[in-house]
Amino acid sequence: MTDLPAPANPPFRPSMLIHDRRYRSLTFQVVVFILVMAAGWWLVDNTIRNLAALGKTFNFGFLWSRAGYDIPQTPIPYTADDTHLRAAAVGLLNTLIVSILGCIAATILGIAVGVARLSRNWLFARLMTVFVEIFRNMPLLLWILIVYAVFTEILPAPNAYRGDEPAWSMILWDNVALTNRYTAIPTLAMSNDPGSLDLGARITISWATIAITVALIAGLFLRGKIRDHAQKVQDSTGQRPTTWWKSLAVMTLPTLFLIWFFGLHLVAPALKGFNFTGGLNVSNALVALWLALTLYTAAFIAEIVRAGILAVSKGQSEAAFALGMRPKRTMNLVILPQALRVIIPPLISQYLNLTKNSSLAIAVGYMDLRGTLGGTTLNQTGRELEAILLMMLTYLALSLIISAGMNVFNSRVKLKER
Amino acid sequence: MSDTHAQTVPFVRDTMLPAAPPPAQQAGAVRWMRENLFSGPVNTVLTLMGLAIIWFLYVAFGDWFAHSVWNADSLPECREIIAATWGEGARGACFAVIRERWNQYVFGFYPSELYWRPVMTFGLLMVALMPVLFAASLPVRRVVLSATVALTLLAMVALGSPIMWLVFAIAIMAFAFHASETQIARLLPFSVLFPLLGVWLLWGGSLWGPIFVLVGPMLGWITWRVLVSRSAMLATILSVLVTIVFWLFVAGDAAGDAQNLLPMGIEPVDSSSFGGFLLSITIGVAGIALSLPLGIVLALARRSDMFLITTLAVVFIEFIRGVPLITLLFVASLLLNYFLPPGTSFDIILRVIIMVTVFAAAYMAEVIRGGLAALPKGQYEAADALGLDYWKAQRLIILPQALKISIPGIVSTFIGMFKDTTLVTFVGLYDPLKSMSDAVRASTSWKGIYWEPYIFVGFIFFLICFGMSRYSMYLERRLQRDHR
Amino acid sequence: MTKSVFLGTVAAATLFAGMGMAQEGSTLAQVKERDELNCGVNTGLVGFAAPDANGNWTGFDVALCRAVAAAVLGDSSKVKFVPTTGQTRFTALSSGEIDVLARNSTWTYSRDTDLKLDFAGVNYYDGQGFMVRKDLGVTSAKELDGATICIQTGTTTELNLADYFRANQMDYTPVNIDSNAEGEQQYMASACDAYTTDASGLAATRAAFADPENHIILPEIISKEPLGPAVRHGDNNWGDIVRWTLNALVAAEEYGVTSKNIEELSKSSNNPEVQRLLGSTDELGAMLGLDAEWAKRAIQANGNYGEIFAANIGEQTPIGLARGLNAQWTQGGLLYAPPFR
Repeated sequence: MTDLPAPANPPFRPSMLIHDRRYRSLTFQVVVFILVMAAGWWLVDNTIRNLAALGKTFNFGFLWSRAGYDIPQTPIPYTADDTHLRAAAVGLLNTLIVSILGCIAATILGIAVGVARLSRNWLFARLMTVFVEIFRNMPLLLWILIVYAVFTEILPAPNAYRGDEPAWSMILWDNVALTNRYTAIPTLAMSNDPGSLDLGARITISWATIAITVALIAGLFLRGKIRDHAQKVQDSTGQRPTTWWKSLAVMTLPTLFLIWFFGLHLVAPALKGFNFTGGLNVSNALVALWLALTLYTAAFIAEIVRAGILAVSKGQSEAAFALGMRPKRTMNLVILPQALRVIIPPLISQYLNLTKNSSLAIAVGYMDLRGTLGGTTLNQTGRELEAILLMMLTYLALSLIISAGMNVFNSRVKLKER
Repeated sequence: MSDTHAQTVPFVRDTMLPAAPPPAQQAGAVRWMRENLFSGPVNTVLTLMGLAIIWFLYVAFGDWFAHSVWNADSLPECREIIAATWGEGARGACFAVIRERWNQYVFGFYPSELYWRPVMTFGLLMVALMPVLFAASLPVRRVVLSATVALTLLAMVALGSPIMWLVFAIAIMAFAFHASETQIARLLPFSVLFPLLGVWLLWGGSLWGPIFVLVGPMLGWITWRVLVSRSAMLATILSVLVTIVFWLFVAGDAAGDAQNLLPMGIEPVDSSSFGGFLLSITIGVAGIALSLPLGIVLALARRSDMFLITTLAVVFIEFIRGVPLITLLFVASLLLNYFLPPGTSFDIILRVIIMVTVFAAAYMAEVIRGGLAALPKGQYEAADALGLDYWKAQRLIILPQALKISIPGIVSTFIGMFKDTTLVTFVGLYDPLKSMSDAVRASTSWKGIYWEPYIFVGFIFFLICFGMSRYSMYLERRLQRDHR
Repeated sequence: MTKSVFLGTVAAATLFAGMGMAQEGSTLAQVKERDELNCGVNTGLVGFAAPDANGNWTGFDVALCRAVAAAVLGDSSKVKFVPTTGQTRFTALSSGEIDVLARNSTWTYSRDTDLKLDFAGVNYYDGQGFMVRKDLGVTSAKELDGATICIQTGTTTELNLADYFRANQMDYTPVNIDSNAEGEQQYMASACDAYTTDASGLAATRAAFADPENHIILPEIISKEPLGPAVRHGDNNWGDIVRWTLNALVAAEEYGVTSKNIEELSKSSNNPEVQRLLGSTDELGAMLGLDAEWAKRAIQANGNYGEIFAANIGEQTPIGLARGLNAQWTQGGLLYAPPFR
């Protein structure tokens, strides 16, 4: 083999933009860029012309005008005199409330059903399979409507709790009343109220909440210290000191003290006038939406959990048994850590789906972000372009935050390859 | 070990006992129950819980289902019948509403004398899907095809289809049988033409429309044949251009003129007449057919090594996946007209299909990207080693394998999309679940009927979605066999 | 397979695009070219606009659409009814998807100015009321402090309700609902103490109950709700056509022109106003860009205002509404058609 003379770089010719692989991708990208820009410009130009033809403008000033409508469930103080912006914020909080509650419940139920499907109990495993197939193969909207209808049609009106011989009675030691409007649950009250911290914009946090949160965090920190110390003792002496009572004490005692100090107690709801008052009335729109989202998503999570556990090869548990591990430890130390790696990525997308699906609140009149900003506000102001754009961007930001947060978690449980 | 035993052991059996059945505790149903239902305390508790659930469901719904009424004209009449048959205070389901209004749930407000058209379209759709879905197995194909043909023809006759169209359907199906028995790929041209035929059958109107739509690609193909010897790229670009220009500027007028010269067509049906499952299936099938190619393009773009293309694809996919479908539907119904040239407005069903397609395509892209990533690197290297260019490598080596791996994901995306078609109720279309039930309830005779329509619609959705998921499992099993 | 599907769908899309028409020029020209009137109506409110089992639309608002179609296109059946929700109705109009919106929409200041709509008149004078169960023992809306109230979102009633309770320093819990059907469901199950919407809607809802005698409509009417057809702002000629079609129906009742005697009157009437209305003398139609007999056809389509009212929501129908404010001015009502001259 003789060395070939190095090929001289041929001089650049325009045709190389198409025929030479080195330049072709550049050409292609430039062409696509121009096309995308042109399409974007076309859309924007059309929008501007359409808006002009309708005599409308594009501005978000409406957000600061008076909303004028009431919202049934307001996590932060809100009246009809507040702005559309605040109404949108209330809607966003409502979306978050139902999403977070839904994610928690769906995870618990999903794991339970997923494990039960693998149970050796023939009957129970079959029942769980039926549950999963039924909920996965029918539209979520159907489940929301059905659950909501069950609440309105089967539960009684508050009136049924009235009188000496009421048709229905409150459950959980007279603390909870199920009605077809809301579930009345007790609220927390303090006899020794320390006042609250004003965060501005009429949002306040009670000092008691802050104190208890601080106590809990401090307890967690101390517990970590105790554990570290126990580990150190174990490393040097081989004997691990008993720590559970110390841990328990630092976790609970300060909180219990604070609860006693502030005089925290439950106030049960009582029927007064048309409705229950005193407690917290959780509207059925929220409960039905939450329940339907939970059941529907749990069916998907159950499948994910099942697939994750099945994905861990049988040799792993056999090896663990061979080492003399008990089934519970095998599950905790061998199976779960490996299964989690398979489970978590699809679980993230289920959480995202649940959050997005919560916009079906429209079917039960739950005032979430779509109900306020994309519903009544849009309708009363006629600013569909601005309202929908803002709503989509909010949902997008929410999704990105959830997936970013979960990805961080995922990278922590991921296999550390060496 | 020979003689010692003979002396020390008083008795040694030298014949076998006859085989005895296992004790009752260890055989048959009892053993099965001991092993599967009562093997331990936890298991026993679970079994009892399961039995409790079944008992609860039976008590809650058993009599309601048992007391179903199928023949009545209104809800009050239903209640009277139930009270008369099973005594005062008895509960019962009133499925008479389904018997009376089934046509609305299935066809919406489609003209009743034309019901055979959607039925035939659906039957032919199954035929057109044969070479795609059931290409591998002749027995399965035979069963599915026979069932499709029998059901379609029966339904068409029952719905009063004209003889001419019956003959047309029989001809196509006979050809399909022939192709299925000999070489299924022969049916592919029909599959290609089906979208045009289906759209024409559903919406009706002049036959010249679809014909001139077809002329476009033909002209493009001719252009390509003429120019391909000079420059392949030029030929491709020009042929696409010719097609698009023909469609945009010639096809519409030409079809109109041709219709004036020689009227040919069937009765047109307006989009506003679509409703019920016809609407769901139309949106679902159109969305599925359109989102797959778009999803493939997006997935390839996302994995491309060109920075700009990747960025655009990522932004698009993440944006669409980050917002709920319902907001996209609101865009379709409230905003799309803002984005188009002033004065244009087009059909709300088409707008919804576009949005559903875009939504499904973003999910599809992620599924296919997973398939592409799962493919061993050796396949890409082998394609390069053979000297294939990018498109050839994708078409011949990469995509066939990647798509095969991603089939379960693709099917579950389809199922999700089909279920989501119910959301069109929020933009004023008559979906079977909410709008149609509301419309039925608006009449005085069916006011106050809630459960029966939900159960009926839910049951149909379950059948379709469950069928699709079983099909995907069948494919998965076949793929596993292929790999071995 | 991919390629084939792609080609097919492109073809399908083009087909659709052919269906969507590029609309240039005035609304009248577009409607005439299309030979069909696109009319936005309620998705289903019995008496005002609802499809029957065969998809035929009937109702009070529907009749107005048909009259406009008859006036413009000469055929009352050339209407495409586009069901709109409370959310989509105004956008459908401003985007050109519909030519006229007849969906019991309230004429308000901000809708007329800020939303760029033009209301072509009032076809029903309504007001917001409350319906409660009789056994609740409530006789006045002032006693509803602390009540749970069902209300449709996206309507003016939502704002009126908030205003009313605030002005009277009362509290309430709204239960938001999406459609009238849902409102009925909630109310019948006692999920709300009171149901509030336009009084006509309440009457229609109550009429359909199995036990209408157990429900009462409270005497307070808390708002003015003039309901009328709306058109896009800016096309005054089209607005005139819708406005004067409505006026023609009202005027026809005033002059005693009905669908039965219209043929006869158009030949024999010697009332000059009737002659002008029916196109026997003068060419009033030409001023609108229509032919002479436009109003005659509009009246023939479903009869005059009184006939439409009686056929769809009047006392003989299950809805059973009295004329009340919607009687002719000569009968003590508010209907007053400007002169045809």
